[in-house]
Amino acid sequence: MPDTLVALYVFVLSCFIGYWVIWGVTPSLHTPLVALTNAISGIIIVGALLVTGLESAGTAAELFGFVAVLLASINVFGGFLVTNRMLAMFKKKDK
Amino acid sequence: MEISANTQAVAYLISAILFILALKGLTHPASARRGNYLGMAGMALAIFATLLGNQVQSYGFIIAGVLPGAVIGTVIAARVQMTAMPQLVAALHSFVGMAAVLVAIGTYLNHDAAGTLNPVMMGELSAGIIIGAITFSGSVVAFAKLQGLVSGAPVKFKGQHMLNAAMAVATVLLGIHFGMTESMTSLVLMTLIAFVLGFTLIIPIGGADMPVIISMLNSYSGWAAAATGFTLGNLLLIIVGALVGFSGAILSYIMCRAMNRSIINVVFGGFGSESGGDVSAAGQAAQKGVKSASVDDAIYWMEDANKVIIVPGYGMAVAQAQHALKEVMDLLEARDVSVKFAIHPVAGRMPGHMNVLLAEADIPYDHVIEMDEINSEFPTADVTLVVGANDVVNPAAKSDSSSPIYGMPILEAAKSRQIYFLKRSMNPGYSGVDNLLFYQDNTSLIFGDAKETIEGMVTALKGGGH
Repeated sequence: MPDTLVALYVFVLSCFIGYWVIWGVTPSLHTPLVALTNAISGIIIVGALLVTGLESAGTAAELFGFVAVLLASINVFGGFLVTNRMLAMFKKKDK
Repeated sequence: MEISANTQAVAYLISAILFILALKGLTHPASARRGNYLGMAGMALAIFATLLGNQVQSYGFIIAGVLPGAVIGTVIAARVQMTAMPQLVAALHSFVGMAAVLVAIGTYLNHDAAGTLNPVMMGELSAGIIIGAITFSGSVVAFAKLQGLVSGAPVKFKGQHMLNAAMAVATVLLGIHFGMTESMTSLVLMTLIAFVLGFTLIIPIGGADMPVIISMLNSYSGWAAAATGFTLGNLLLIIVGALVGFSGAILSYIMCRAMNRSIINVVFGGFGSESGGDVSAAGQAAQKGVKSASVDDAIYWMEDANKVIIVPGYGMAVAQAQHALKEVMDLLEARDVSVKFAIHPVAGRMPGHMNVLLAEADIPYDHVIEMDEINSEFPTADVTLVVGANDVVNPAAKSDSSSPIYGMPILEAAKSRQIYFLKRSMNPGYSGVDNLLFYQDNTSLIFGDAKETIEGMVTALKGGGH
């Protein structure tokens, strides 16, 4: 099976997982869900690292990659930490 | 230390599982924090596995990017106000979009230099750029609207949808042309048009539809990551992109359903622009006039009540009234009054916005009830206090088929014994629809800033009452 087809398999099956997992999320946590998925989409940082760190990368690619790494890491750190801050506020009556 | 491609692949698999478990953790507030930690672990694993793989050889630019990014992200996360969460999320979405564009262009440059471009890859790369660019500029517009940098009102012009459709087609055609000919001009044009498209797609959408837009852009940012995964042949990016993409899509669907509108209707039809021509039931009721009441009137009913339901809306967020509401809750509970908060799915500017603000004010989450669950309780409520909400309690949604919000599920505040509305003015809600509930016999309006009014209630309750 060609790589692109493997990728397609993974993609489609992941969509199903996403579908079932997300419907289980309680509506009261929808804002943390958006924040968490946002942090997770910071996974784009992996792409940015691969572009920037390539040994043969030219200066232009390195610069593009550098900005991508910067933006994605703001996402990763900001996203997870703000989610944590929000979730820490959700308490039951008796602490 | 360097790890093999196989080790890296296993690490990515574990990382993907951690992300799935992280999302699963949000099923309940009690498991949510652990979920978030699992997400962090998944991300850390993914990053280290990437850095240690043999593809990453130079670290200068990476360190230069990660360090300031970490500092900026940490500071923003620590300082942002909970009421500003929609803006923050919009800003972060724009970063993902831009990162996707930059990664795609960087990948193109690397492969171009190595002479390893192929049409399939260039097609995937174009998809990443188009989705990323739309996510970026769309999120920038959403941010500007939420932050109040531009008006939240829908901006419309003739032929807007045709123009958007034409631009969408153009980006795809340019992407194909680029894939076949490696034409740099096509690539650049495609990128520019996609940026413009994101802008023109979001400007016609009004402030009240922001929960849908935030969810939609959330979804786009996921698809952008997935497209990047296809370009790089990176399965982890594909998995995570699909998870996030679907999460946003489902949220968009839930938000639309809560407004009884289709996603097409939200994206293409700005709400609140059409002014009702016919004299509707609301118009007739308007001639009956409204009753206004004082804080003391409301307290008189509330402190002897068995059950008080509070309906918060965006107005509560604007007035920052949630902390004062918590005090009211405590004082009433000390008098054996049961206090609950009723949440409409689209209250506020993003999904779940009210829940976070109430949680911030230390209001326990088991007092905060979703619409479907609380609606049966309104008939037994002695007092319903509506704080900065409007359309979500408008009975016209059930009774007036000429109303633009007809068919939208609402909180049935109208059924409670006494209704007090905290309002700044008689301006209608974001839909521009008059609220039938104002004119009901057992409804009174308390005019003024929501926070001051509620603080007035706190003072009255502390004063010992009647």
